[in-house]
Amino acid sequence: MHYKVHVRIVPRAGLLDPQGQAVEHALTALGFREAGEVRVGKAIELTIEAKSADDASGRARAMCDKLLANPVTEDYLVEVEG
Amino acid sequence: MRKVAVVRFPGSNCDFDSLDSARRVGTDAYFVWHRDTDLKGADVVLLPGGFSYGDYLRSGAIARFSPIMPAVQRFAQDGGPVLGICNGFQILCEAGMLPGALMRNAQLSFVGRPVALRVEQTDTAFTNQYRQGDLLRMPVAHGEGRFAADEATLRRLEAEGRVVVRYVELDGTPLKNGAINGSLNDIAGIANAEGNVVGLMPHPDRAADPALGNTDGLGFFSSMLSWAPVKGGVR
Repeated sequence: MHYKVHVRIVPRAGLLDPQGQAVEHALTALGFREAGEVRVGKAIELTIEAKSADDASGRARAMCDKLLANPVTEDYLVEVEG
Repeated sequence: MRKVAVVRFPGSNCDFDSLDSARRVGTDAYFVWHRDTDLKGADVVLLPGGFSYGDYLRSGAIARFSPIMPAVQRFAQDGGPVLGICNGFQILCEAGMLPGALMRNAQLSFVGRPVALRVEQTDTAFTNQYRQGDLLRMPVAHGEGRFAADEATLRRLEAEGRVVVRYVELDGTPLKNGAINGSLNDIAGIANAEGNVVGLMPHPDRAADPALGNTDGLGFFSSMLSWAPVKGGVR
């Protein structure tokens, strides 16, 4: 079965995220003073053919470890639909 | 005559600069395509600057899986000299051949201008013709050159003398406010423990031709002529 998978990749906490800082400044300038701790990462969507949602999640994690995320600078979160 | 393989990826744009610089010091330099699987008897491998695979996903992230890369990794493991310039440095980090990562510049903008570097380590395949403390001028041209590593890695790099070149002010004094790209400890280039793999963001290949009025980078290429790897590492 095909599972729809969402991968979220964010800069590791503690590392300088200049994009996040710039976006936060822009939000503040627009009056959204309640916004804080902005981090800018990337989202990747894909389908994975697997026997179960757990299998699909495991494969997605393997993809993150090997290619999708940089283990030195990024953390990732995998969500499988359904 | 030493044979120098310059690896071209789709999106490499400093391939000719590297080729010319290698030939200028009297080597037999030639191109190897990223789809090749063999380095054709190379004594030295250069990974040039550019935007391999359009910098998709992350700079160097796709290039590291090119068909040629297993040969480059074996070559390096056997002690062969490998120099990564700019995008080549990013590829070496993504491939795990050098520690750390190159992230988006702290100021979020591309930086393209001459900078000053201090030579910190001369016991490498590409800096043995310099003296420690030499000041070099050469251009940088990158959007993602901010060197990052975890604290333990950074401490190890410094303790083992593996920071090869560091950004400084033009007069040689420490850089003010990480002004180039925000690199940790103003690191511009590093080496592996054995000194045969070196990566740097600045472009020695753009400072190796007298016609350009600056040959400060030529030493990176002449150094590879006299490098004799020591079994088991030099440090």
